[in-house]
Amino acid sequence: MSSKASFAEISPSEFFYRNRDLAGFTNPARALYMAVRELVENSFDACEMAGTLPEVYVRITAENPSPEFPEPKPYRLTVTDNGPGVSYQHVPSAFGKVFYGSKYVLRQSRGMFGLGGTMAILYGQITTNKPVMVTTSPEGKKKYSFQMMIDIGENRPIVLKRSSSEADGTTGTRVDLALEGDYTRAAQKIGDYFKQTALVASYANITFVDPLGQATFYERATSSMPTPPEETLPHPYGIDVEAFKRIVKVAEEHDMRSFMVAHFHRVGEKIATRFLEFAGISPRLPPKRLNNTQIVAIVDALQRFPDFLQPDAAVLSPVGEPILLAGVNKELQPEFCTVVSRPPSSYSGFPFLIEVAVAYGGKVLQPGMKLFRFANRIPLLYDESSDVSFKVLSEVDWRRYHVPTEAPVGIITHICSTRIPYKTVGKEYIADRPEIEREIRNAAREALRRLGLYLSKMETRQAVQRKMNIYGKYLPLIAKFSAGLANQKRMPRYHKLIGEGEKAGEAEAPAEEVQGTEKAMEIEQEKIDEFSGSKEE
Amino acid sequence: MSKKKSTSSAEARKSSAQTLLKELGQGIYSELDSGRFPSLTMGSRSVRNIVYDRKLQQFVLGPATVKRSSSNIKHIRPFAQLVWLAYFAQKLVQERKTSTLRDVFYSAQAFNVEFVDQAESDELITDLEVLLHTAREGLNIFPEERSSIFGNLTIEYTVPGYEGKKLDLSSHPDGVMIGPALTTAEFRDTSAEMVLAIEKGGLFTRFVEEQVHKRFKAILVNTAGQPPRSTRFLLKRLNQELGLPIGILCDADPWGAHIAMVIKSGSANAAHLRELTTPSAVWLGVWATDIVKYKLPSDKLTEVDVKRLYELKADPRYTDKMWHEELDTFLRIKKKSEQEAFARYGLSYIVDTYLPAKLELMKSA
Repeated sequence: MSSKASFAEISPSEFFYRNRDLAGFTNPARALYMAVRELVENSFDACEMAGTLPEVYVRITAENPSPEFPEPKPYRLTVTDNGPGVSYQHVPSAFGKVFYGSKYVLRQSRGMFGLGGTMAILYGQITTNKPVMVTTSPEGKKKYSFQMMIDIGENRPIVLKRSSSEADGTTGTRVDLALEGDYTRAAQKIGDYFKQTALVASYANITFVDPLGQATFYERATSSMPTPPEETLPHPYGIDVEAFKRIVKVAEEHDMRSFMVAHFHRVGEKIATRFLEFAGISPRLPPKRLNNTQIVAIVDALQRFPDFLQPDAAVLSPVGEPILLAGVNKELQPEFCTVVSRPPSSYSGFPFLIEVAVAYGGKVLQPGMKLFRFANRIPLLYDESSDVSFKVLSEVDWRRYHVPTEAPVGIITHICSTRIPYKTVGKEYIADRPEIEREIRNAAREALRRLGLYLSKMETRQAVQRKMNIYGKYLPLIAKFSAGLANQKRMPRYHKLIGEGEKAGEAEAPAEEVQGTEKAMEIEQEKIDEFSGSKEE
Repeated sequence: MSKKKSTSSAEARKSSAQTLLKELGQGIYSELDSGRFPSLTMGSRSVRNIVYDRKLQQFVLGPATVKRSSSNIKHIRPFAQLVWLAYFAQKLVQERKTSTLRDVFYSAQAFNVEFVDQAESDELITDLEVLLHTAREGLNIFPEERSSIFGNLTIEYTVPGYEGKKLDLSSHPDGVMIGPALTTAEFRDTSAEMVLAIEKGGLFTRFVEEQVHKRFKAILVNTAGQPPRSTRFLLKRLNQELGLPIGILCDADPWGAHIAMVIKSGSANAAHLRELTTPSAVWLGVWATDIVKYKLPSDKLTEVDVKRLYELKADPRYTDKMWHEELDTFLRIKKKSEQEAFARYGLSYIVDTYLPAKLELMKSA
């Protein structure tokens, strides 16, 4: 991009217009689901960054209300949130320009590059040729409304109409767009998406109104929210030549050492000095003067230098056990649930953290294992069998954990990272990086071990209860009849024995087996068969 | 003829049963009351613990015991059932009522003590017998009746409503059913000199018609197959209390032979009881050698018959040389005959010719 080549350059908008399959807008059904997902995720991101408990309202209506009108057909999608809003001057670019907003910092967020929301708008425009309407109230005093379209060739917003009005004191953003979709075929996934979002974001109120006008409300189960992630500089391991060039382009430092310290994660004076020495670059060299050969050499050295510190996990924002538990209990109502959070780890310079929840039994889960995958709190609904979690769990030996094969088990895997290693731009499944695989495996094993413990404890408890019931039933009978036999009016004081029976029974059981009354009774039957003739009474 | 002893052996048994039941209850009661799990120890009825006693000529229980503890989860149910059964028996004895094995099974339900099936309740009844060293008849529990008795014997009832009432057992030609009332009755008067136990009702009726009870001064007992325990008990009483010798007539096959043996030496099932065997009883016939001697019409032995013969040969109760010779004869001639086979020589042949010959044998025994 920095070169002045005379080749016909295409804008990012143009690129995504031509390659919308890559972003998951493959067909009308999937596109409708993707559009819902991208806009909702943007709303969640905005709320979470601001520390506001999310209230998200989503509505899909058919542009032509006649039910006979065949699919695919134009739909209107409205997503409203109570986030901090977008400042007046940023609205056109934020919603009308691909790649706007993301700088060279890394942050764990749902969307990437500010791409998803704009892609939905772009897709809506190319299928319906209608403008998007964005209304935002950043301070709660005034509401700004924009009607705009995207100039695809130039990757810039065209504002058709703008207006402002008094706001009611609440902040928030509302996006309203028309797009071609196929709700009939997307309904299942969209429903799953909301259910699973409610599971992982148990601190949100979500309302969804479908094209038939039926509203589903997912109620908040906890008012605590995950700590918002910190912005972070890129870790040196995760940098390629192109990314490095971009950083150089915006850099204002006058020497390489301060450049390294200013733009990379966990690089201080000492490490910068040692690294530059390692790469054979003068610490005083002004970054702007780096030539191509030197850039390639530096990037190469970035990968090889052994002394960079591990990425700092403070940049990660896991869901956390209480919130995840609240979500699972709310959506799956299981009999048992446990959450395992792994310590932060990293792959290729990107920090990541794995959380696994295992739910068992209850009203919602069906027999067999069901996997719920999340990445940075986004439910992943497609291509399950290509996902690393699926791979790891299909390798688990369930017998080892004493979990029956057909037990109703739900497994929730969540990976949070500053960069999720999706296999495709469609962001539906996660690549099987060995580091990630290992972390998921360790978390799943621990969670399943706890489930196994619970199951065996339940078994024991039920056995104890059964025993208590048996003693509770028969001791009073023994007391009553022995009192009768002994001609005693008063019942013997047997009550405290009911609780003791189980212990005593266990202690004495082996001895009894040696004496073998039970066995004797079995043999007795054989003996009767053996000795009695057919004419025996 | 003799009007001997019988200062109410039935009464004595009744009070002994009551004492035993009360003691059982007191033991359990005081354990419970002092906060301990009661347990019961009784002779083991496992196959290994059933041994043949040559002196008594019957199976007895060996020295092994089993402990049934109410603290054991596996034992508490049968323990409770056993205590209930004792309680139930106590009521029977006190109220002078009787119950069949089937009644016991159903009665349990009224007390919230279920048995899975009658086999389970029968099993518990046997346990109680072992525990108290008392036959169930002594606890007023009886099997379904099918045996009957006929002859010159006057009995006096002890059952409620009939106390002191007397019955001449020759008063009804079909015989009198051997039920609880008869089993517990006192023997008052007899002119009989022997008892003939007969396997089948057909021959029993023939003997009544042929006046065997008069001609041979015999009390006739129809065992109706393998005699129920109450019948064996009665036979023993006739032998013990009246000093009457017992002769046994059955079919000439291994099953018939074993009926005679069970009357003499008891069954393994009742190894815990001593009141059911009459070792002096004599197997009069029909023998395997009789099939040959009397050229009786016969059937071929089946495979099951042959198998049974080999089992009997290995049975410790069959120690006597004469019994073994008969078993061997069966195996040699591979034939069996029914008592009715004598009818080929005329209906009265068995009474006129066969029986006198056999009774000679009994005198010499």
